[in-house]
Amino acid sequence: MEFIRNLPFIGIFLCMSTGVINSVLDGKWAKKVSFTVITANLFMSILVLYYVWQTKQSYIYVMGHHPAPWGNEIRFGILEGAFATFFCLIMLLSVLGGVKRLEEDISEKRSNLYYVLVNLLMAAILALTYTNDLFTAYVFVEIMTIGACGIIVIRGEGRSLLASVKYMIMSLLGSGLILIGLTLIYDLTGHLLMSNIQEAAQQLVKSGQYQVPFTSAIALISVGLAMKSALFPFHSWLPDAYTYATSASSAILSSLVSKAYIFLLIKIYYRVIGLSIIFQNKILNILFLFGIAGMIFGSLSAIRQDDLKKMIAYSSVAQIGYIYMGIGLGTTAGMLAAVFHIMSHAASKSMMFLSASGLSQVSGRSCNYRKLIGAAHRNRIAGFAFLVGAFSMVGIPMTAGYISKVYFAQAAIQAPYQFKMIITVITLGISTILNAVYFIRALIVIYQPLKGQKQGADGRRDFRMAVALWALVVTNLFLGMHSDAVVDLLRAGLRMFC
Amino acid sequence: MSKVRKDYEQSKWHRFSQWLNGEMPVEYKSSPEWHLTDEELSKKYEEDMERAKTAQRKEARLYAKYRSWPEEKGVHIYERVYRILAVLICLAVIGSLLITVSYLPEFGNSDNPVNNEVSKRYIEQGIQETGAVNIVTGMILDYRAFDTFGESHVLFIAVSCVFIILRLGIGKEKNIEDEKAKEAENDRLLEPKNDKILQKAAFFLVPIIFIFGIYVILFGHLSPGGGFSGGAIIGAGLILYLDAYGFQKTERFFTLKTFRVVSLAGLLTYAAAKSYSFFTGANHIKSIIPLGIPGHILSSGLILVLNICVGAVVSCTMYAFYVLFRKGDF
Repeated sequence: MEFIRNLPFIGIFLCMSTGVINSVLDGKWAKKVSFTVITANLFMSILVLYYVWQTKQSYIYVMGHHPAPWGNEIRFGILEGAFATFFCLIMLLSVLGGVKRLEEDISEKRSNLYYVLVNLLMAAILALTYTNDLFTAYVFVEIMTIGACGIIVIRGEGRSLLASVKYMIMSLLGSGLILIGLTLIYDLTGHLLMSNIQEAAQQLVKSGQYQVPFTSAIALISVGLAMKSALFPFHSWLPDAYTYATSASSAILSSLVSKAYIFLLIKIYYRVIGLSIIFQNKILNILFLFGIAGMIFGSLSAIRQDDLKKMIAYSSVAQIGYIYMGIGLGTTAGMLAAVFHIMSHAASKSMMFLSASGLSQVSGRSCNYRKLIGAAHRNRIAGFAFLVGAFSMVGIPMTAGYISKVYFAQAAIQAPYQFKMIITVITLGISTILNAVYFIRALIVIYQPLKGQKQGADGRRDFRMAVALWALVVTNLFLGMHSDAVVDLLRAGLRMFC
Repeated sequence: MSKVRKDYEQSKWHRFSQWLNGEMPVEYKSSPEWHLTDEELSKKYEEDMERAKTAQRKEARLYAKYRSWPEEKGVHIYERVYRILAVLICLAVIGSLLITVSYLPEFGNSDNPVNNEVSKRYIEQGIQETGAVNIVTGMILDYRAFDTFGESHVLFIAVSCVFIILRLGIGKEKNIEDEKAKEAENDRLLEPKNDKILQKAAFFLVPIIFIFGIYVILFGHLSPGGGFSGGAIIGAGLILYLDAYGFQKTERFFTLKTFRVVSLAGLLTYAAAKSYSFFTGANHIKSIIPLGIPGHILSSGLILVLNICVGAVVSCTMYAFYVLFRKGDF
């Protein structure tokens, strides 16, 4: 067996052991270790992606001496490789861009613990991407739940404590529902391995046995993961958690943690339950409705905000709604659009949180609109990145958001039910206008010409944030302009996903 | 351009720019009427003032009424509706879960889907393949070792988060010494100190608890038990010892450094051992670790080592939780 097939396993183990080692290092060394490991993981994921793209098939890696239904295994194909690469890239850029703010927000003695959490979160995200076993997925969901609360609370202020408690309650409720769903599925099929469950599930559907518990298991898992990724009615934890965490944490939470849960949900739909079964299921309609409601209400709440970070957080609710609407369409085209939107939203949202922190740094550490007037002239890079991000969210051509909206519209037109098609197209239009309202407002505020004050760059430049923001801008524009290549990759990945 | 207009403040553009800048909109009561003469204006002004006064009084009454409404009645109504809805939703979820349970396969039936080739192989070939007489230990530390590896890191990340929240002296507190002194004071007041009964009981119990915990860990592959349960027993023993004799005695052998060294060594040994066996297993290389004769204490390959690692990590984690919750520092 070629050595390259070991890389996913090595990546996960490297992240976890260095996370443990970070707990005894001091902050500076922990930071270096963390960056090295994430960069190494990025290169390893690129190699894996290249390998599976060349060979055009997915591989199973047995964890130990016992084959799959008895032991654990991980599986990687094109989609897993692409997402691992993408998640590693965003993680690297989020931490890099937020590292200066991090040093101000977190006391020196505590900062090594932040990198412990970052490394373990990275390991959990990679493991969720690669795993082929439902229980392994649950274990790493647990790590991610605790780690995500940790990176909010580490700021040590009263509001971040409260936000993290809110998040923890909702997130644990979600974990509980997922666990009940898993036990039900194990009871009905006798397997924890994804591909074996799918075989058993198809037999169950054919024979018509145990339909009620099987449906409620699907519902419990879907609702649990929807709660963790802040789908509309369960989004109450999101604005506070994203607003009061330090900017690197907001970027990680919005573009990695919630996206990894959605990726897991798509994986469960494809590989555990099977597309032919899930597309007949009524659960998707409920997710569709929640997604549509989230698109509208998230945007409406975002319009009312006076705080830039909170506005971005509410806009996340709307964008998560887009993804679930794509899943809820119940077609492979919808899934493709949802998967692409995971990427485009992750690339834009982390950029927006970082640039919001860059803008607030030159405006007296406040994200309030009154303080932010003309902030883009004081910090040009952050202003430009915010501009690109806002264009991407609204859906201006050349950005990633435009492409995902086009794919959503195409998927809606091909949808089997006319009702869904009409609702989707109308809501897409309304939501785009609402997005434009609040993003253009923010843009006008930050680009307002300053009178009297000196226009120009601020003296205290944050070089690392500038690098991260430029890289994210390039990623976003790449996704927007070379979308054909990316979509082909994702389509091939989804085809071999089941 | 628009600022040339006299009623600029009422224009839509002004309101729009206020909304843009995040300012609260200011309501203007009446527009200045510039086409009237001075007399008319003063007369109008008086009338206006009269009207304004009555309107203000009326408004104040109304305002007070509406201002107090949410605090007096609104909150109650909201809370009541919230509670009723919460109970209803909970009942609906409970009901649907109960209905689900009634459709599940009958408990203990031999035809259930759970009794398939997976559990069959665990039971029939578990001893030959893992060398562990205790099938459960063989399952969690050999067949499904990756899950257990993740599970021990769940403990580790939990203790890291408790460190972040509770440990004194690493946050932004200004006077750490004062905080620590205050916590120590609280500790002296609220916790048992030199309790004779507790000390005598602990004197006999703690060694037995330690030995039992070590037994449970070391014989984890032969009899019921293993790293998690044995570690919990040792942790309980440590906590009992701390309660009876106080921090001065425990600090002789258990400090923050001990905790760090033990948990680091435990988790890294675990990671090294398991990466070896995963790597060889996946690459179809024969593992050089002998399984030994099932039933002997030195048997079952890596399971004994892993049990010791897990036991060390779990006992230290338990003790660290207790200490951090009680004093905020070691």
